[in-house]
Amino acid sequence: MNDMVLNVVQLLLVAGLAPLLTGLVRKVKARLVGRVGPQLFQPYRDLARLLRKEVVLASNASWLFRASPYLIFAAIWLAAAIVPTFATGLTVSRAGDLIAVVALLGTARFALALAGMDIGTSFGGIGSSREMMIASLAEPAMLMVTFTVALLVHSTSLPHIADFFLLQAVGVRVSLGLGVVSLVMVAIAENARIPIDNPATHLELTMVHEAMILEYSGRHLALIEAGAMLKLTLYVSLIAAIFVPWGMAVGVPDARGFVIGLSSYVVKVAIGGVLLAAFETTIAKMRVFRVAEFLGAALLLGTLAAIFLYVSRDV
Amino acid sequence: MLAALLSSLMGYASATLVAIAAQRRGLVLVYTLSAMAGTIGSIAAIGFLATNAMPVETTLPLGLPFVGVHIRVDALAAYFLIVVNTAAAVISLYALEYGGHDEEPERVLPFYPAFLAGMNLVLVASDAFSFLVSWEFMSLSSWLLVLANHKQKDTGSGAFLYLIMASLGTGALLLAFGLLSAASGSYIFASMHGATLGGLNRAILFALVLIGTGSKAGMVPLHVWLPPAHAAAPSHVSALMSGIMTKVAIYGLVRLLFDLAGPPAWWWGAVVLLLGGITALLGVLYAVMQHDLKRLLAYHTVENIGIILIGLGLALAFRAGHLDVLAVLALSAALFHALNHATFKSLLFLGSGAILIATGERDMEHLGGLIHRMPTTAFVFLIGAVAISALPPFNGFVSEWLTFQGILNGSLLPQWLLKFIVPVVGAMLALAAALAAVCFVKVYGVVFLGRPRRPEAEQAHEVGLWMVAPMAALAALCAAIGVLPQAILDLLRPVAAVLWPDAPSLPAGDWLWLAPLGSDRSSYSGLVVLTAITLLATLLVMAIHRLASNRVRRGPAWDCGFPDPRPETQYTASSFAQPIRRIFGSVAFGAREEIDMPAPGETRPARLAVSLHDPVWDAAYLPAGNAIAWMATRINVIQFQTVRRYLSLMFGALVLLLLLVALGQ
Repeated sequence: MNDMVLNVVQLLLVAGLAPLLTGLVRKVKARLVGRVGPQLFQPYRDLARLLRKEVVLASNASWLFRASPYLIFAAIWLAAAIVPTFATGLTVSRAGDLIAVVALLGTARFALALAGMDIGTSFGGIGSSREMMIASLAEPAMLMVTFTVALLVHSTSLPHIADFFLLQAVGVRVSLGLGVVSLVMVAIAENARIPIDNPATHLELTMVHEAMILEYSGRHLALIEAGAMLKLTLYVSLIAAIFVPWGMAVGVPDARGFVIGLSSYVVKVAIGGVLLAAFETTIAKMRVFRVAEFLGAALLLGTLAAIFLYVSRDV
Repeated sequence: MLAALLSSLMGYASATLVAIAAQRRGLVLVYTLSAMAGTIGSIAAIGFLATNAMPVETTLPLGLPFVGVHIRVDALAAYFLIVVNTAAAVISLYALEYGGHDEEPERVLPFYPAFLAGMNLVLVASDAFSFLVSWEFMSLSSWLLVLANHKQKDTGSGAFLYLIMASLGTGALLLAFGLLSAASGSYIFASMHGATLGGLNRAILFALVLIGTGSKAGMVPLHVWLPPAHAAAPSHVSALMSGIMTKVAIYGLVRLLFDLAGPPAWWWGAVVLLLGGITALLGVLYAVMQHDLKRLLAYHTVENIGIILIGLGLALAFRAGHLDVLAVLALSAALFHALNHATFKSLLFLGSGAILIATGERDMEHLGGLIHRMPTTAFVFLIGAVAISALPPFNGFVSEWLTFQGILNGSLLPQWLLKFIVPVVGAMLALAAALAAVCFVKVYGVVFLGRPRRPEAEQAHEVGLWMVAPMAALAALCAAIGVLPQAILDLLRPVAAVLWPDAPSLPAGDWLWLAPLGSDRSSYSGLVVLTAITLLATLLVMAIHRLASNRVRRGPAWDCGFPDPRPETQYTASSFAQPIRRIFGSVAFGAREEIDMPAPGETRPARLAVSLHDPVWDAAYLPAGNAIAWMATRINVIQFQTVRRYLSLMFGALVLLLLLVALGQ
């Protein structure tokens, strides 16, 4: 199939699927605690309604506050499109490697944290400060997982990583085990999920992500919410592309490979969503300064995984 | 090249003369001449590197008899000439307006071009004598510049510490050159190449070079002088000291360790890597705790020197392990970061100068909301902040990405110790990068965003065009290098070839994709990332505004329903840093918070006091200072003796020395 078309499909796929994943997680969580829960497609309706509403801006909001939602969404969107979903041979995946994906998410977070400080409310400050604290540990942990994977594959380029795990018998490795645990912990923290943060809360002192975006409304809020959904999808696709790449088409797919790749991707994302929901219902949110221990453990696991590979003979 | 170099040096020299002759009336002429000299030097050096010209050299009949002053420009010197002179040209333009705000410009003007000339001379000197003289000239002229604001408190003590550390560094370099010239029998660099030193002497040489250049660059634990001295100087001088003088120190390190000291031992790499990791991490942690803007920026210089040292350490380790391509990659990453740091750190210091002019404040806790009052400064400062936080698509990310590519290949190193150290240093580098982002969200959020905390910030005005334009030029440079990094890597190719003629150069990449080890290993394109983000964001704006809604209503802030108009209710710099202080600070600095909460009914305010201890200062400098004071009191006894005793002391010393000479033979 045409490479250009596939790239556009990839971009639209991740953006289109993201609200559905969030809807799925909410639905499963509700069912697990005995509620009926909102419909699966409710996030789409929420976003559409927010997009149509007018924006109420604080009187001292600067241009940074207004530009940030677009920048944040665009950066996360690009990062999500770089991660292979249904095929490994897309041009967009070459724009950056795994390190660049981490850094792109960093750019988005930088803009979001600044936007949180723009109005000069104490909630914005508390949210930004805590978000950056979480990121200061989560990002290095993520990079250490990147190192672990890159040492096995001899590449940080995501299509190559997916190809490698798809085509070669890697076998069970201690490092990969540690790496996947570390990556899941990072994913939970970065997406503001329980036990680090609660996406459903609006209780002042427990908010991190929600505190930062408190002043946003209308289309700006829609973009930031959509960006958060997209980020969740990104992490699920990333874990899927590295650790369970089966079904993904190698290189540029033909029609059959496309259908197989796409359907297996949707199934993997759905399984990821159900697992996340199940995990979230079994655990309580932790105090904010316990987060350091949680993420410190993730960083340590990632570093250990990398050290094991550095000193093992066959790499 | 020589002609251009000479005219550049003449420019600096005539600027100094003008400053001495005309005092403060010569301000415009001094800075114009400096800017012109910088431009000439920079263009000539770029031309030299781009055409891959042969090294040029000459000997001037000055200096030591029978040695003379040897001047030599090779690719390494030319690369650093670009770094120094480009930044110098832009900063001099900025100083045209900024310098006029100096309280006593006659304390700055004569030393400013002299300082620039000193740095240039260090880069082109090619014998030990002229290198050391230029090095000391550079140190002393910058010391005088630090003293320009002598009326402020802390300036004196900062300058004093700087003088001590600079002397220590020069002393170490003097001994290092002594070792080299004793082994080769010559003061000239060209004949030092063949010097063969014994194992122990080589180890001593390595330590001396590290102390000599590391103390100038701000390597932990020799960094203590750097933040007070850099912060005390006028802002354009701070930009010179932080942005480019530390790079001259890195040049010294590269010249001595990579060029003159011969093939490296693997443990050199281990030591430099570890020191680099510690420097990067500790530097950024210090910075997060600061709320004085210029001190914070100076601590970030320490961090970035750490990142450069990590690259250099990797290069030494790879070279010792005969992994030449990787050694070239790591070296290029380090030198690339040196250039990047020069651009964004100069930009940020110039920005802090603009804030200082507009508000008279360096303390971040007194600022806020400047994005409304100083829109252009705010915009260019944002670019600098993003670049120094190593975020794409700007230049800081490119060199850190290259360094990471080097670290990823550390598993190929043969030594077990290095296999352990490299991933740990990788984790330290990742932590430092993430913490830098925390720090600059803090800086930008507190200084430029939010609401003004003091009337000074509320009444600030944008600075003039002559200050804004140079900052914008540096910001444009950050962006240009970030999207087209291959151009810099091409300039760096002859540099690696000068140091290691036998090593293969990096494969020629195309201009769009950065893939130093081949595109199947890793690839990144800043231009694609920038274009994609711009395109997607523009599409979003257009689509949403056309199809959904473009209405805006202004209203008071929501703040969960309880907005408080007083600016004191905002998050401050120290409250922003509180989580980091609690997580890292309690371990690194023994940070302690004491809350003084009055009982209900009392009218005194509640207070929060934070105490921090500098572990390096407490562990090394205080004991050293005490030991020196103790010894001084003991030795002081000698000062009050009779003539008889002095004579016998002298006689004893003579006998001792003669004995030593006799034993030595």
